Order: sequence, then structure tokens, then C-alpha cells
Amino acid sequence: MGAEPILQMKNITKTFPGVKALTNVNLTVMPGEIHAVVGENGAGKSTLMKVLSGVYPAGSYDGAIDFEGSAREFKTIADSEGTGIIIIHQELALVPLLSIAENIFLGHEPARHGVINWFEAFARTKALLKKVGLEEHPNTLITNIGTGKQQLVEIAKALNKKVKLLILDEPTSSLNETDSNALLELLKGFKAQGISSILITHKLNEVLKVADRITVLRDGMTVDTLDTHTAKVSEDRIIKAMVGRELTDRFPARHSKIGETIFEVKDWSVYHPLHADRHVIKGINLHAKAGEVVGIAGLMGAGRTELAMSLFGRAYGQKITGEAVIHGKHADVSTIPKAMDAGLAYATEDRKTFGLVLIDHIKHNVTLANLGGVSRSSVIDENKELSVAQKYRKDLAIRCSSVFQTTINLSGGNQQKVVLSKWLFSGPDILILDEPTRGIDVGAKYEIYGIINQLAEAGKAVIVISSEMPELLGISDRIYVMNEGRFVAEMAAKDASQEKIMRAIMKSWDK
Amino acid sequence: MTEATDKTFARTDIMRFVKANIRDYALLLSLLFIMAFFQIATSAALQQTSFVDTLYLLFTDFGNVVKQGVLFKPVNMTNLILQNSYIVIMALGMLLVIVAGHIDLSVGSVSGFVGAVAAVMMVPWKIDPFLTMFACLALGALIGGGQGYFVAYHRIPAFIVTLAGMLIFKGLSLTVLGGASVGPFPKSFQLLSSGFVPDAFTVTAFGGPFNLLALLIGALVTALIIYFNVKERREQQAHGLAEEPDIIFIGRNVLIAIAFLGFSFLMARYKGLPNVLIVMFTLIALFVFITTRTTFGRRVYAMGGNEKASKLSGINTERMTLLIFTIMGALAALAGLVFAARLNVATPKAGLGFELEVIAACFIGGAAVTGGVGKIIGAVIGAFIIGVMNNGMSIMGIGIDWQQVIKGMVLMLAVFLDVYYKNKAA
Repeated sequence: MGAEPILQMKNITKTFPGVKALTNVNLTVMPGEIHAVVGENGAGKSTLMKVLSGVYPAGSYDGAIDFEGSAREFKTIADSEGTGIIIIHQELALVPLLSIAENIFLGHEPARHGVINWFEAFARTKALLKKVGLEEHPNTLITNIGTGKQQLVEIAKALNKKVKLLILDEPTSSLNETDSNALLELLKGFKAQGISSILITHKLNEVLKVADRITVLRDGMTVDTLDTHTAKVSEDRIIKAMVGRELTDRFPARHSKIGETIFEVKDWSVYHPLHADRHVIKGINLHAKAGEVVGIAGLMGAGRTELAMSLFGRAYGQKITGEAVIHGKHADVSTIPKAMDAGLAYATEDRKTFGLVLIDHIKHNVTLANLGGVSRSSVIDENKELSVAQKYRKDLAIRCSSVFQTTINLSGGNQQKVVLSKWLFSGPDILILDEPTRGIDVGAKYEIYGIINQLAEAGKAVIVISSEMPELLGISDRIYVMNEGRFVAEMAAKDASQEKIMRAIMKSWDK
Repeated sequence: MTEATDKTFARTDIMRFVKANIRDYALLLSLLFIMAFFQIATSAALQQTSFVDTLYLLFTDFGNVVKQGVLFKPVNMTNLILQNSYIVIMALGMLLVIVAGHIDLSVGSVSGFVGAVAAVMMVPWKIDPFLTMFACLALGALIGGGQGYFVAYHRIPAFIVTLAGMLIFKGLSLTVLGGASVGPFPKSFQLLSSGFVPDAFTVTAFGGPFNLLALLIGALVTALIIYFNVKERREQQAHGLAEEPDIIFIGRNVLIAIAFLGFSFLMARYKGLPNVLIVMFTLIALFVFITTRTTFGRRVYAMGGNEKASKLSGINTERMTLLIFTIMGALAALAGLVFAARLNVATPKAGLGFELEVIAACFIGGAAVTGGVGKIIGAVIGAFIIGVMNNGMSIMGIGIDWQQVIKGMVLMLAVFLDVYYKNKAA
């Protein structure tokens, strides 16, 4: 690669009041390269991309940006898009109730005097969809296609804008394995056509699969640039650069003391909340013992979240049949308060939408599920509430200025700890944790695993749903493999492997 | 780490604290400013003077100008309370509704309808006033609960349900009254609005009869408020959480004392404390307590902040919504009774446009349309800002047309400033 770099960001320094977010960061992207930018949450990846795309206008940061050989000063996103730099954000920016074609051409409609030429729009949409390998009619509404396909629509939209440098922010965080792979293949295809990509992700296996070079950020500084072609780069090597120390063990050690079975689910069956004939959960049998960590593996759409939510007070689905047994007795879990009384707790996969009251502070969030525990005759004892919040802040090492800090300002890992605090304070015997480490950095993940271990040691049954197989293998005692609404395999974690889990899923499909 | 952080909080200098909390103080200061403005603007000394003369008088004889203002005259202060009590009463419920993420457009019509029903019950049917009042409060709760049922259990947006309610009850009050006015009411009912707490002493002071009881009650309330403030601060200090600098805490309490004592002094010089003032203050205290100290209040805020998360935390959001609208309905009914008692007649036009003033009061008071944010005290101050403006502008002889324009602009300005400072703080 002797060519001129397509993008050079030189000595970028960006300060916010009181915080230096970026310090002399350098990033060089070659033409037709897939460049991964990795780092823990808060390392400065998003800030760097906002500088690049003009969200933070030129002048609000120090340093220089060269794109295609000339210095650029982007004042707005439109400026950067005009030169062919396009960002696809983690939270997709599509309008759900408009069609694929309408979304692709939103703001750039092929029109004359304000009258849209829909024939041209459809024809061009079809061509674009073909390029990204999406077989959908241009008229299909965004809301009717899955996240994976929506991602492809975003990319088609980018292609329509004559993209030269495509930036993807955590593109696969909500995709299943198949869709993720398809997306990564697509990036490789773009590479062949000379389109460069910047890939921001936490998933290091994907980085190693497709990236040509890797820039590692830590605490707002470039700490390393690795070339996957010249040297063998391992995940551990990247993690070491990210956290600045050797993570000898990504999972804290634990000694399971497994007791009696305290939770049993018998022949659990659930139908889709809107489409009454769609059988989503098809007769699941599950058990969990005191002190046991039970993993549920599966691809996106396997029905894991649906299973958990239907168990937790029928928060999902209709025509629910089956029995839940807790401590050997039939348990009424027909409403959320009843399920909580029976000893269940469920921490959702989407902590921002379903887990936290983001505009409220830590203290109020911690006690929300158990206000009775800090009140007498419905009057809240503020002192008691405060000491409860302080206790969890200390026990779970929630990093914050005080328990009066608004949760929206916390990092993902700390938000997750607040959610966990809330459920711990509700005093459950059985905790269902749905993707407890999604989108949080390596260090915080380790802490969350530690908390899960402590819960198990305290004699609780912990059920962990996760799409990250190494995580499940690292923390569980036993793993259920789920596919298409059924448990298709059950294995002790010590006998399990990623291959075994994948094989179980693939075999179940053949049937 | 905790101790170090808390200590820095304690040492936070005054300016920074004020800056961080400017939105809380700005509201109270706005009310004080508006009151001062109208005290001067309504001054008898400034009547029939040219602009230049007005300026001249303001500089040379400021004391006299202020002294001759009408706004703070005991009789006018009493009127101000009577005129605004029903708005304040409804604003309490509306704040809950708005914080929960809903809206209630029907409160004006419901209060008018309940007033009409009360009139028919008491005048042609000659039902006992107290029985009537109870029945009417229950009717209001039922109406509120009915609307809440559709919002909570059928997920129809409150805007639509209560818009329908607004039309329905506006029409029904016409039907109930047969298009005519019904009155006058029995004496015991009128006392709700026109009665005063009878004086226990007979004192003559300050050039006339002086209601010592009013002043004593005022002093008692002041003492209670300061006692609770000090208690709360002690607890904050015990936990190292007292962020407010001493000087501001003291200043704030001195201001509260001056306001309450001054107010009860003015009341004492007229007829004493109006009955409706007692009702209003009791309700304000109750709602402050509910919103800040009870699990119910906390759940309302949580629900408005994130309904899905609250539901998944075991909060029965449907029942909460039903309850909130029921409370709103009962308060609208009470307001309707107060309004009818004040006019001593129920007219088909009663309650017209009340909902707008009530909703405006909440938003001026800092409530957020998106839910989850808002304080009872804010809504009360918001209601008084509107009330003082209505009162002051009427005394000045500004026409109803321009009054509306000015009130609209104040609402816009208040919300703009609120949003502006919020964004600046973020």
C-alpha cells in the first residue's frame, strides 16, 4: 500500500468543559482499506468520529483533517457527506413508517420542481438493494423488516450518496451471527471496489476477521496501530492495548456451590402478541438450581428474550401456557408484581429503553422496583433510601460523582450496574439477566461477571442470556441452546464449546 | 472518594450554586418581579399621568408611588386568592397528569358541569349543601376515572379522550342547566368561597378591626415551614449532602417568613383568612407531600420518565394512570364548586377556558411536556403568575384582548427560558 492515504486526522485534540476527550489523536486510513477503531467505552471513539463528520464543527477542536489529499474543515454533517464521508450510527436513523425507497432518498428525492419521480426512485432503490444483497421490495416499510436488513438499507442509503469512506459505529451489536457475517462480507466487497471503511466495534473477533489495520484508542489517545497483514494479531494483543494491562483472565474465577433446584419451568408455550397464530415459544422446559449460573445461548430471534419476558409477569406474548415452579411450589407469575413477589427479577437487554428512568438519578432508579423496602405506610424514608443507594454504589463499584447523578450521564457499564442494583434490592431468588454486558467495555464486563459470581455464591439462581458465546462459556455452569423457540441442546459448560453450540443450532435447523 | 466529593460540594461557592439552580429561583423571582411591577403600575399616584410625568414621579416620589399601589391592598390580595383558588386547585392535579406524561383538556368543562349539577341539586331539588358537595366530588372522581380508564386500559391518548370529554361535559352542563343560570345558593354553600375563618379575638389595630387569628395562623404556618426546612437541612448535613450554601438557605427562609407573615398581616387587616385559602393551602401541602415523600408520587415521576422501565419494575402503570385521572376529576369538581359558590350562580359558561390557564400554570412552573419533570410548588407559582397578571392588568384597565396576548407571550417566554437553561446546563 504505497498509495496516498484517503484520510489523515492529525493531532486531533478536543476538550469539553473540564474534560479532555481527545489528546493528539492520529488516524490514517488508506484507500480501499477496512480500518478498525477499537477502545473501551469512553476511550474517545465516538468523539473522534463526531469530529470527522462535522458534528463538532471545525474550530471547536485542534488538529487537522486531510481527506483525499486536501485539508478539510467540516462545519456540518452535510459538509462531510458532500465529500463522501458517511457515518452509520449504532442507533439507526431510519423512519420506521416510511418505505425503503422513501428512506433511501429522504432529503435527496429525485424530483423536479418539488414533484418526486417515484419511478426513478424505485429503479435506483432496486439497483442499490441489489448491491447490498437485500431482497426486499422498495415499497416495504422499514418497520416490517428486521434490524439486520435495516442496517443494509442504511448502507444502501450511504451508497446512494456516493460514499468514499464509510464509517460504521457498532454495526453488528444488534445483529445475529449470520447477518453480522453477511455485513462483514459486504464490507470486503466494498473494499474491492475501492471504498474504505472505518469499523468501530467491541467485537474483536470481527475485527480480526476483516480489518486491514487497527487503531487502538485509550483515554482519548492513540495507543497503538496494528497491521493485521504484517504481524499476527491476537485478541489478547488488542485487549492488552485497550486496557493498558494484560488481561490474563477475562472471566473471574469462581467455585460453584450448586444446591437444590429452586426454579422450574414446565412446558412453557407462548404466542406472538400481535400475530396470534405465531408460536414463539414452543414448550420449553427449564430448571435452575440455587448457586447456579445457567446460560441461554442462541442466535438473535431464537426467542430467548421472549421466553424471559413471558416468564416475567407475561410482559410478552399471549395465550401463554405452562407452569412455573419456584421452591417446589406452583408460582403465580401472571403479572409483573406477582412474578416479583414470587422471587423473580428480569434485567432487560435494552437498559436505556426498558431498564432505567434516564432523566432521574441513581438513587431513585435503585429503589424503583422495591419502594416498599424504603418506605413505611407508603411514605418514603429518605435516609433509608439514601443509605440503600450508597450501599449499592459501594458494593457494585458504580463510578459516579454521587448517587444524585442522573443516570443518562453514566457510562454503559455503570448504567448496567444501576439496573443490577435495582434488581438486587428487590431481593429476588432467581435473576434473569438479558445480555448483561451488551455494549459495555472489557473492564466493566469483568466487573459484571464478578457480580454474577457473587450472586450465585449467595445462593441465587442466575440465568444469563447472551449472544456472546465466549462469555456464556466463561461464566455459566450449564448452558441451554435455544433456536426457533425451542431448547435444542443442554450441556455442562465444561463440556461445551462454541463449535458445539453452533452445531446444535445448525442441526436443529436441518430438522 | 465519597467524603472528598461531599466536602467539595459543601464548599461550592454561592455563585456556582445559584447558577446551577437558577431555574428553581428564577420562577420565584419572576413572580416577585411581576408582583412588584403591578404594585407600581396600578399605583393611584400614576393614574392620568403622561409618560414623562410617570418617570419623574418614579424617581422623585418612589415611596409614595409604591404605597399607593393597588395590588398589595388587603382587599385586593383577598380577591386575588378568591379569583385564583380554583385554578390553583386544578393545577395540583394537572401537574400529576402532566408529570405522568398525559394531559387533561376536560378540566374546565368538568368543573363547569359539576358546578351545574351542584346548582340543580341544591336549588330546584333542595338537597343539603354538604351532601351535594360530597356527591359532586364523587361525580368528579367518577368522570376523571372514566376518562382515565380509556387512557390507561385502552391506550387511547389522553389528548383525544379528554378532548372528547371537554365537548361532552360542555354540552352536558348546558343540558343540565337548560341553557339558563341557576342560583342563588344556600348560605352554607356560599361560605365555601365567600366565607372567612371567624376571628377568635376582637382586636382593633392599624386603624380598624384586626383579625389576630389570621396573623397567628400565618405565624404558625411560617414556623412549621421553617421547622421542616431546618429539619431537612439537618438531615442533609448529617449525610454530608447539604449543597445549598448557608447564606442562601437562611436568605430563602427569611424571604419565606417575610412573604407568609406579610401576607397574613394583609389578610388580617381585611376580613381574615378566606375559607377557600385554608382548603387551598391544605391541598398544596398534601400534594407537595404526596409528590415528594410517598411511593405513589415517586411512581408518578418514574412513569413519566420511562413508562416501559417502570412497568418492568413492577409498577402497575395502568392503575396509576386511572388513579391520577380520578384525582384530577375530583379536583376539577372541587374547583367547579368553589367557582360556583363564588359567583353564587351556575352558568353554562362556567369553566370556559379554565383548562388553558391550568395547563399554562404547570408549564410556566417548569413541567415538561414529555413527562417525568415538574414540581407542585412550580405549578402553584405558575398559577399565581397568571393570576397576578390577570388581576394587575384588569386593575390597569387593559382590555381582555391584550391580556390574552400578553399572557400568551409570558407562557412562551417562560417555557423558552426553561428550555434554554436546560440545554445550557446539559
